[in-house]
Amino acid sequence: MTETLHKTPLYNTHVAFDGRMVDFAGWSLPVCFAGIIEEHVHTRTACSLFDISHMGRLRLSGRDTADLLEWLCTRNLTQAEVGRSYYTHMCNEDGGILDDMIVSRFEDDWGVVCNGSNREKIVAWIQQHGTDMDVTLRDETLTTSMIAVQGPKTIDVIEDLVAEDIASIKRYRHHTFNVMGLSLTVYRCGYTGEDGFEVVTPAMAVSMFLPMLIGKKERPHPIIRPAGLGARDTLRIEAGMPLYGHELSESVDPLTAGASWCVDLAKDFVGVEAMRRLKQVGLPRRLVGLQLDGRRIARQDHKVLCGDEEVGEITSGTLSPTLNKSIAMAYVRSDVADTGQELQVDLGRVRIRGVVVALPFYKRDGNAGESGRAKCGSTTPAL
Amino acid sequence: MAVPNDRKYTETHEWFMIDGDTVTMGITQYAAEELTDITYVELPDPGTSLGVGDAIGEVESVKATSELFSSVAGEVIEINTALADQPELVNSDAFEEGWMVRIRPESTAPLAALMTGKDYDVFLENGI
Repeated sequence: MTETLHKTPLYNTHVAFDGRMVDFAGWSLPVCFAGIIEEHVHTRTACSLFDISHMGRLRLSGRDTADLLEWLCTRNLTQAEVGRSYYTHMCNEDGGILDDMIVSRFEDDWGVVCNGSNREKIVAWIQQHGTDMDVTLRDETLTTSMIAVQGPKTIDVIEDLVAEDIASIKRYRHHTFNVMGLSLTVYRCGYTGEDGFEVVTPAMAVSMFLPMLIGKKERPHPIIRPAGLGARDTLRIEAGMPLYGHELSESVDPLTAGASWCVDLAKDFVGVEAMRRLKQVGLPRRLVGLQLDGRRIARQDHKVLCGDEEVGEITSGTLSPTLNKSIAMAYVRSDVADTGQELQVDLGRVRIRGVVVALPFYKRDGNAGESGRAKCGSTTPAL
Repeated sequence: MAVPNDRKYTETHEWFMIDGDTVTMGITQYAAEELTDITYVELPDPGTSLGVGDAIGEVESVKATSELFSSVAGEVIEINTALADQPELVNSDAFEEGWMVRIRPESTAPLAALMTGKDYDVFLENGI
């Protein structure tokens, strides 16, 4: 795994804006610019730009693509419409989650946006299962860039910038524009709990659009500001969205992870039998939200206790900038997973009291462009 | 980054400043920035006695939790109570308003082995 660090097409801009660069999933990316909490609050109240070029961008074409995706994805895609995007998991035969992703149907092919850290695994998985099928996989991760523009003011500022009517793209829809001969695919989704877009452009083209979006360091855009991975993480935790490597992994299945809404147990797909069995015997543990006393933060792998009995472990935690409360997600035994249940978290030196609360911790006002699901549904996978 | 030369530094980014017969400690601006937004500072109660190298508290940020170690033995005589409500003072002014603990040391001799401000600057420049 020790290979050279990839630089995204936005690397120079991050450096120009004094971003603090870190190694994330093999990519050099900014963890923050002005400060994690400041960027978090700015995203909740205005508009932030995130570089998510490290995420895997795959295109699948060929006669058998729909059949292959139907076999590999937990979600039923048989009614998938051109122009729509669908959140789904891919699992192994044991039901363990290989990755979570957004699958989009285009006119002539399909798109998959998966986690950067899982890209090679997913490419291999798709290729392995598509050996005898008419499916061609093209990995566009290195030839394109991807940015997320997120926050309540996103629609206004973007409409000021581009002549296109992008407000009419509803949640979980996408549209491809041709701007000066360049192809831009705009998805109305995100990973912050706010309204916004994710935009894929040819790698080299992004430097043309960026100054329009965030200005220059000495003359920044008045509303759109760059934000880093730190805020992306605190925003997704408040929004109750899972992150691969934390809530999701090969040792957990989608039902336990609270993603049964994107699993169709009535269809055949890789991992379905394990999940049907699990459903029959009942889930031994569940993903829950915890609200903790005080300002201490629970971190991944901290033990969750009920009395003196260990009943689970923390997957993510932060001090919620919006709620000013310590929040966490955890897998706990199902008999102590109901809302209102009192538990403790062992932080090493101290134990903190926590209460099971409903996810998400934060839900934006209104439901911009969306008909129903603003809960865990509004998810693009992971950082 | 201007590192004050009136105090001593550890490789774990704490600073210790002799002030009359007491020693004041905190973490460096570099450490504060590395941790990102500090959300909580756990400090010992006044009266706690410390040995050299003892863990005396924790600094917690959105990103990580980091332990604090004392380079002197002695007694905690005062803590910066302002940090309870404003832990962000450590981010905004790690060397002054963000101080953490005041200690009455048994001896200041262990501080002689620590880095000066200039040494610490070089230490940071050479990569940690």
